Parts: sequence; structure tokens; C-alpha cells
Amino acid sequence: MSAIVGFLSSAIRLSTTFLFGSMGETITEKSGHLNLGTPGVMCVGAAGGCLGATLYVTAAGGAVNPFLAVLIPALFALFFAALMGALYSFLTVSLRANQNVTGLMITTFGVGLGKFVKGALGSDADVAIGQICKYFRTLFPFADKLGWFGQLFFSYGILVYLAIALAIVTSVVFRRTRIGLHLRAVGENPATADAAGISVTAYRYVATIIGSAVSGLGGLFYIFDYVGAWDSGLTATEALGWLAVALVIFTLWRPNLGILGSILFGALYILPNYLNVGFAQRDLIQCVPYLVTIVVLVITSMRKKRENQPPASMGLNYFREER
Amino acid sequence: MIRNEKAKRDPLFHISKRETLPFWKSAGIRAIAIVAALLLSGILSAIFIGVDPFTFIGKLFEGVFGTERRIWTTLRNLSVLLLIALALAPAFKMKFWNIGAEGQVLIGGLACAVCMYFLGGKAPDAVVYLCMAVSGILAAALWAVVPAIFKAFWGTNETLFTLMMNYVAMQAVSFFTSLIVKDGSGTMKNATHLHGVQFPQIGNAYLLTILVAVVLTVGMWIYLRYSKHGYELSVVGESENTARYIGINVKKVIIRTMALSGAICGVAGVLLVGAINGTVTTSTAGGQGFTAIIVAWLGKFNPVFMILTSFLLVFLEKGTSQLDLMNNAFASMITGIVFFFIIGCEFFVVYRLKFRRPVRKESASDASVGGNAETPPSTETESGTPTEEKSEAESATEGAADGTASPYRRVCDKLAQGAGTVAKACAKGFGALRGTCSKGMKRLKSLFGKKNPEEQRTEEKDAEEEK
Repeated sequence: MSAIVGFLSSAIRLSTTFLFGSMGETITEKSGHLNLGTPGVMCVGAAGGCLGATLYVTAAGGAVNPFLAVLIPALFALFFAALMGALYSFLTVSLRANQNVTGLMITTFGVGLGKFVKGALGSDADVAIGQICKYFRTLFPFADKLGWFGQLFFSYGILVYLAIALAIVTSVVFRRTRIGLHLRAVGENPATADAAGISVTAYRYVATIIGSAVSGLGGLFYIFDYVGAWDSGLTATEALGWLAVALVIFTLWRPNLGILGSILFGALYILPNYLNVGFAQRDLIQCVPYLVTIVVLVITSMRKKRENQPPASMGLNYFREER
Repeated sequence: MIRNEKAKRDPLFHISKRETLPFWKSAGIRAIAIVAALLLSGILSAIFIGVDPFTFIGKLFEGVFGTERRIWTTLRNLSVLLLIALALAPAFKMKFWNIGAEGQVLIGGLACAVCMYFLGGKAPDAVVYLCMAVSGILAAALWAVVPAIFKAFWGTNETLFTLMMNYVAMQAVSFFTSLIVKDGSGTMKNATHLHGVQFPQIGNAYLLTILVAVVLTVGMWIYLRYSKHGYELSVVGESENTARYIGINVKKVIIRTMALSGAICGVAGVLLVGAINGTVTTSTAGGQGFTAIIVAWLGKFNPVFMILTSFLLVFLEKGTSQLDLMNNAFASMITGIVFFFIIGCEFFVVYRLKFRRPVRKESASDASVGGNAETPPSTETESGTPTEEKSEAESATEGAADGTASPYRRVCDKLAQGAGTVAKACAKGFGALRGTCSKGMKRLKSLFGKKNPEEQRTEEKDAEEEK
């Protein structure tokens, strides 16, 4: 029992990385931008958080305020990740560059930038992360007293609850508000949206920047909460980023489904650690998220249900004069 | 109120598509972008790692051409990257976004390595070589055909499908490696025939790869330009409906092209395993499947241009890795920056910005305050070499305003296009900033009951406009 609860609760914890990443990517993709830079953006978010944490811990000296210790890295992560989103949208919307190429460049650049920032900060950053990560990890002090119930539902840090709340808010915004309607219109058919007086440029810029900022939180969470130490080489963060991209497809561009999907991905990702299996089986299990994503992609394309399709103009830039 | 003002103001410039530029002009624009990017990288390196720009660029060249060995490895790396990019070119030309080259290369390499592992030493060398090559190419082609079939029959999104296939391929490589190799070394090497089963060397260890790349480059150029297949796939890329109307079997073309694309990726994988590394790991392709996308796209899917773009990429990668700083973090940053510039400059090759004249005449004071006079401080933070660009932009717009055709105008115009976007963004941002600031100031003023002269002026203006 306790093993299962432990497994589930760490699956839920890890799922937050996927949830932030895929939610950000969903917001971006709904506007018609296939941002393959998400892994890079997540690395930049992590590095931004690292920078914020180091600056704050150095400035605060011994007295670290728990509230600020979480807020400042989070704001840095949001800001840096948003900058990457702005760069992406500047290149694709204003300079009309190919989205796949730009996205992949963002990934290369973002991973490099992340490593570079950490390299420049040196061991100060490790100290800061070690000092601060405990504030990320706990929110409800009474969780220990509630047994398995507490461990399953109340043992997480603030970012976990924030991610779930954001996912619900996002899906409500998509489905129930005018902004969401306009955003979907821009992603489905920008020419029609433009004719209806919706600013395609503005929606794409804002959606991509917000989406990137949210994705950046995923990287921040992975470093500061899940691992509690810098991911040297950022290889794990990048791999999680690609899984987040897969998750967007798996959940059919729905952030509320994303909550469950990310828990499933999180469970699959950590399952080999709990099963005591050989390397070969481990590889098979780690392959499953990608395979199920492919299966979902194939099935939705075969069934042709319109509400389950990718945004129709995803990956295509829109120029008014080139219709 | 602010909205009104905006609606009345003409946009600073408008964008129109160019006639095709003469070759030297478009090459010039790209060269300017590369030089600017290298300068910016040099400045960054001076700031962050204390290497001054000229030493920095010198070191790049040293890293690439420093020794004979380096030149050979540069050429070999270039060949591998070029091969993968060649594989992508027909697919991209067909508007089939195959971003699964990484996986296709890996699967080709895996099949080749398995043949090498099991057959090496047990069969005549020539048979082993043949098996390695054929199995690798076939496996990669099959791997690439899977998403093509789904795309052709059900319209499955190929970008996402091929992206996912990359990771399946990586897991497959490490799965088979740990399944087959029992000694725990984790590398699939034929212990008895460590080098014996590798492809025979021609001249030296590098030449085989280079020769294959040269042959396939020429072959692909002919295929895309002169063959019926090449024509068909470009028609499918331009418009599927047209292709169907003129009797091209679109499904067949998609599947055939992807099989070809996968097969060439397989060649790259076979060479990586059989001629370069001697083994297969998940990092055998090393991200080149993704880099090749950039090469192919920047080379406009033209094999000859792709030689140049892949050289540029290999140059940056090898050159910056020679700086050897912080696990190549700086290297990938520099690569990123250079390619942002190159991606960005394509815009100026395809489009031209026309600056508007009447902006100056009419609401001169208003526009110039927002557009020109106030921008320089914010420009400096944004671009690498802002001051010279800025002044040229101004002179160009002034020239346009006067209507005098100065001899320098054409050159200036070109440079101004680069500065124009920056200037426009700044002007827009500044306008918005000014709007919010003046609003906030107004509120403050109403609290304190005082008005400063500038505020009064703008208010009077607003009042005039409302009349």
C-alpha cells in the first residue's frame, strides 16, 4: 500500500513538469504555432529560476524569506521563458521564418543558454538551489499527519497545485470565453479570423509568449522541486520537454485532459525505478509514452472527429497578402 | 483616445514581396547577416568569456582549419550532415515535414551494427559489407515509410508522427544494445573484428564518407531538377489538388519520396556506424537529424546551396567547440545566434520594406517624436551594431522624404531595411509606453493639480484632433 502511494505521489509530482510544459505548448499550438522550442524554453526557464535564486540568496544573506524564495525564481523563470517565446514569435510572425526550423533553433539555443547561465553562476547556484528547494516542496504542513491521504493529496509544493489550477483555468478559457474562441479561430483558420477583425499577429504573439512562460515553469519545477539540484547537461530536462510535446498530442490539445495524461506519463517515466527490471525492459517501458502518442495521433486522424484534430493551420505562418 | 491617434497615423512602412533578387544581392544580404551575427557573437564572447572578437573569430578558423586532421574531420562531418540534409530535401520540397531524420539515421545505423555484430568474421568480408549497407538502408527506408503511409491514406500529421518516431528509434537502439550485448559494456562492438568489419578505407579514414556525399549530392541535384519524380514531388508540394488534377498519384509520390528520404538517411547511418564510429549508440546521430533540417531549409532544398549551409553549420560547431568552454554551452549559443540572424535575414531577401513619405509631412512632430528622435537609446539595447544601422536608416528615410535620388540611397535603403524593423518595433513599443506613461502622469497630475508643459502640449493636440 505505502509503496503504491509513494509511487503515485511521485508520479503526480513529476507530472507537474509535463503538465506545465504541455499546457504551455497547447496554448502556443492553439494559436497555430508549432513551437518545437519547448524543450529549450524549459531549459531556459530552469536557468532563469537558477539565476533568480542565486541572486536572491546572495542578496538575502542568511535570512531567506520562504515566500520570496519561491516567487523570485518563478518570476525569473517566467520572464526568461517569455523572452524565448517573444524571440520565436518575432522570427515566425514578423520575419515569417519557418516554424519548424525556428523551433529547433530555439531548442539548441535554449539548452546552450541554460547550460551557459548555470556555468557562469558556478557553485553559488548549487548552494542556492539546495537552500531554496525545500520551500518549493512543501505547502501544507499538516500533510504528514493525514497518512496516505495526506501523502497523496497534500504533500506537494505550490507549483503542483498551481499547475492543476492553471490547466483547469486554461481549458475553461479555451472553451467558454471569447478570448478562447478567438484564439482557436486564429489557430484553425487565420484568414477567417483576420476577416472577422481578430488581430492574428497579436493573438499569435501573446499566446506564444504566455505559452512559453508557462512551459518555462516546467523546467523550474523539475530543477527546484522534483530533483532539488541542477540537472547537469540539461539532458533530462530536454527529454522531458520532448515528452511534453508528445503529451500535447496525447491529450488532444486539452489542458484538462492533460492533468490525467501528465500523471500517466509521469508514472511511466518513473515506473522502471519501482519495478527492478533490466536495462532492456526499462527501454521498452520508456518507449511507451511515444508509442501511445503515435497511436492516439493515428486514431484521431483515422476517425476524423473534428474536435479532436490538431489546429488546422498549425505550423503554417499567416501572411495576409499571400492568400 | 490613444487608439484614435493610432488609427490616424500611417504605418511607418509597408511590406511587399520582391521580384526575384539578383544572386549577388541576396548573397550580400545573407553575408551581412552572417558577419553581423559573428560580430555579435564576438562581442558576447568578449563580455562573457573575456575573449576579444578578433581572437574569437581567429579561434573559430583555427578550430576548423588548424591542422590537416581538423580539415579532414571538418570535411567528413560536413559530408554526414550534408547526406542527412540531402535526404530531407525531397521530402521538404514535397511539403512533407520529415523531422524524423534523427530516428531514421539511428535505425539505419542499428540495422548495420546488428549485421556487423553477428556476421562479422563468420562470412566473407564482402558479404558482410553488402549486408550492412543493404540492411541499414532498407531498415531506414521502412522506418520512414511508416509515417508516409499514414499521411498518404489518412492525413496523419507527419511533423508530430516523425518527431515521435525519433524517440522510439532511440529507445530501440538502447533496447537492442542491452538485449544483444551481454558483457555489460553497453556498446555493440564486434570484439574479434574491431576494425576488420568496418568498411575498407579509401585513401584515408575520411574519404569514403566524403565520396559518398559527393556522389549523392550530384545524384540528388539531378533527381530533383531533371527527373520526372523530382517534378512530381515538387508539384505535390506546391498544390496537392493540382497534382491530382494532372493525374499524379499523390499517395504513391508521398510514399516513394519518403522511402527515398529514409534510404539516404540510412546511408548516413550506415556510414556513421560502418565507417566512422564502428558502433551504434543513442547519440550516434548526435542531433544532426535536427541540424540537417536547418541545413536543408536554409539551402532552399537545392543540393548545391546545401553544401554551403552545411559547411557553415559544421564550421560553427567545430570552431566553437575548439573554444571548449563549459561543455560546449557557449558553442550552441553562438550557433543559435548565428542562425537566428540567418533565419531572420531570409525575410529581407523575400520582402522589401517601403517607407512611407507622407508620415513626415503631416503629423510630423508626432510621428518623429515617437519614431525617430526617441528611439536610439532603446535600439542600442536591442541589436548588435545599432548606431551605424540607425543612422543609415534615418538617412534613408530622409532621402525618401526629400525625394532626391542620392547615389548612396540604394545601398542605404538595403541597410535601412534591417534597421527598419528594429526601429518600427521600438517606435511601437515606445508609443505604447508613452501612452501608458502619459495616462499615469495625467492621473498623478490630477492628484497634484499641476501640469508640466509637455503634458499640456499633448493634451492640446488631442483636443485639436477631437475637433
